Amino acid sequence: MSWTVSSHSRRSTSFPVIFAPSLAYKLTNPLGRSLRVYKETGHLRYAIRSLSRTGPTRPESTNMANSILQVENLVKRYGDVEAVRGVSFGIEEGEVFGLLGPNGAGKTSTVEILEGLRTLDSGRVSVCGLDPQRDSEALKQEIGAALQATSLPDKMRVIEAIRLFASFYKRQRDPQELLKRFGLDEKKNSFYGQLSGGQKQRLALAMALVNDPQVCFLDEPTAGLDPQVRREIYDVIEELRRDKKTVLLTTHYIEEAERLCDRVAIIDHGRVIALGTPRELKARSGGTTRIEVRLSKPESNGTLKTLEGVVDAREVDGAYVLHSQRPPQTIVSLVKHLEVGGNELVSLEIATPSLEDVFIEFTGRRLRD
Amino acid sequence: MKNFAALTRMRIQIAFRNKMFFFFVIVMPFAFFFLWLGVLAKGIPERCAFYLGPIVAFNVMGSFWGLSATLVLFREQGILRRFHVAPVSASDLLASSIVANYVLTLPIVILELLFARVIFHVPSLGNPVSLFILVSVGIVSFGSLGLVVASVTNTMQETQVLNQLLWLPLIFLSGATFPLAYLPRTVQRFGLFLPATYLVNGLQQTVVNSTTPWSRYVEILSLSVWACLTFFLSAQLFRWEPEAKVPRRAKLLVAATAIPFLLLGVAENMSDRVLREARTALETFNSSSPSSARPASLGMPGKPAGVKNPSSGNQN
Repeated sequence: MSWTVSSHSRRSTSFPVIFAPSLAYKLTNPLGRSLRVYKETGHLRYAIRSLSRTGPTRPESTNMANSILQVENLVKRYGDVEAVRGVSFGIEEGEVFGLLGPNGAGKTSTVEILEGLRTLDSGRVSVCGLDPQRDSEALKQEIGAALQATSLPDKMRVIEAIRLFASFYKRQRDPQELLKRFGLDEKKNSFYGQLSGGQKQRLALAMALVNDPQVCFLDEPTAGLDPQVRREIYDVIEELRRDKKTVLLTTHYIEEAERLCDRVAIIDHGRVIALGTPRELKARSGGTTRIEVRLSKPESNGTLKTLEGVVDAREVDGAYVLHSQRPPQTIVSLVKHLEVGGNELVSLEIATPSLEDVFIEFTGRRLRD
Repeated sequence: MKNFAALTRMRIQIAFRNKMFFFFVIVMPFAFFFLWLGVLAKGIPERCAFYLGPIVAFNVMGSFWGLSATLVLFREQGILRRFHVAPVSASDLLASSIVANYVLTLPIVILELLFARVIFHVPSLGNPVSLFILVSVGIVSFGSLGLVVASVTNTMQETQVLNQLLWLPLIFLSGATFPLAYLPRTVQRFGLFLPATYLVNGLQQTVVNSTTPWSRYVEILSLSVWACLTFFLSAQLFRWEPEAKVPRRAKLLVAATAIPFLLLGVAENMSDRVLREARTALETFNSSSPSSARPASLGMPGKPAGVKNPSSGNQN
């Protein structure tokens, strides 16, 4: 028997706690004792806190006037296809901002306009107070970018690539230090063509930082990488956040947006359909937390529906599935109810709502990996 | 200027690590060089002098293949996108391609001239200044042609097809492979509209008759103007992104680069200067042969096409 607090199965990794085996024995004891044990060990407190895991606490709306990056009613067309349809958002200095959406949603077009690589059809954009089209040269000195679908000549050495790109900028970071930081020191004399996918991506990130940029654009930095390499890249991006770098990250991975971003704009068919901190978005979606419990004795669904915060309860394959708007209160209320009725908790599983639920709520579709 | 220098150094460095580069820029030119001078000219110094200009021109012109292919490959692989997001201009990138190509091609040409003198005992390499200017302007102008090809093609396949379409007339109708004077009269007339003809003739006349840069001003000037036009055009049509479309005006602009040689072709067809020089050079070639009826290896007629009574012509 175990207590598992996990995210929806859609998420690629389990969130966040599987209780220690030593605790399993105690959970078989009468409920009241179990609860005391949890209180003593702090695990329940941890579990409950996990449910309302505090995301970044930035407000949803940013004062556009103070933003280091501003996008207002951006429109981009490719022939008859409108790829970006009036996108607006702002990014504050030191913020990791995510553009989350499926392939073809308009994320890359938006980012490439901000980088000065593409022209916009209408709207207004500003990066570091510069117009990407008019002040392209000045802007390129201030930004760093790890582009999607980019490469280097196969016969270029890692150290040569870093030095070459550093030489283009007025402000430069030490190439050796960058290579060490990104774990490429041992590969510095290797040819680009000899690097693995993860190493190439780390090199791309290192090259995006050669000029110590004010704003860093990371376009799908983990696309196509295996989970282990992806986590390596997450560590690198988390380090950027600790360094207070302003980062605009595009991704179609839910986990990436939830884990790395202070705020997220969910984008679909060229429009921003939701914007806020991951926590705000999940709360706003109206999504409830799913609590699945197995009990030693049967309970009636009607009784369970009366528990605090529960909006729905039903029996599925011998387990009781509760949908709660206030999971911490529901759990406490459940434990008390079972204690009074002399029932025992066999297992408990909690799935928090994810950004995918938000996406489904707004679009009726799933985000595909 | 700093970016241009860094990019040029990078291009040269990478070229030296590329096996294809060794084959196409070193092995193949020398193979043709020894084939032409050793087999076709049978190692006879005067005959070697006749072929030296065309074979040098052949190698100089060949550089447009490498430049166009490399640039298209860089674009297809997304390498250009990486440079685009850095403070690098299209002119920096294109100029570095031309200069790197020049730095890589010139030593091969110098070695060929050296081998011609030392191994094949060519009596004279002609006017060195004239030779240097023609070789330089040739490398730059045909390199720029490569950049234009890269700008108007979308994929490597398209690039190779266009390169072939350009390469074959350039080498077969200009005198670079078969002496111009051997070709049918109509073909000779057509050849006068090709830039390659002026490079071949200029280099041949420089080696055979030791002509000065002043007497080769038509070739030098026309190729220089063409180099500027093609470079300017390649910068105008340059595309960083693989999915970027070739603008509609591109065809018009490409057509515009042909104007100098269209005008020159008309003028040269009227004056007959180049064809006269080509016939004279061939006569010198024939007279250097023990059996002057025909150059043995080519199996071609000893008498140039379209000439009933070969005259001494203008020697410049």
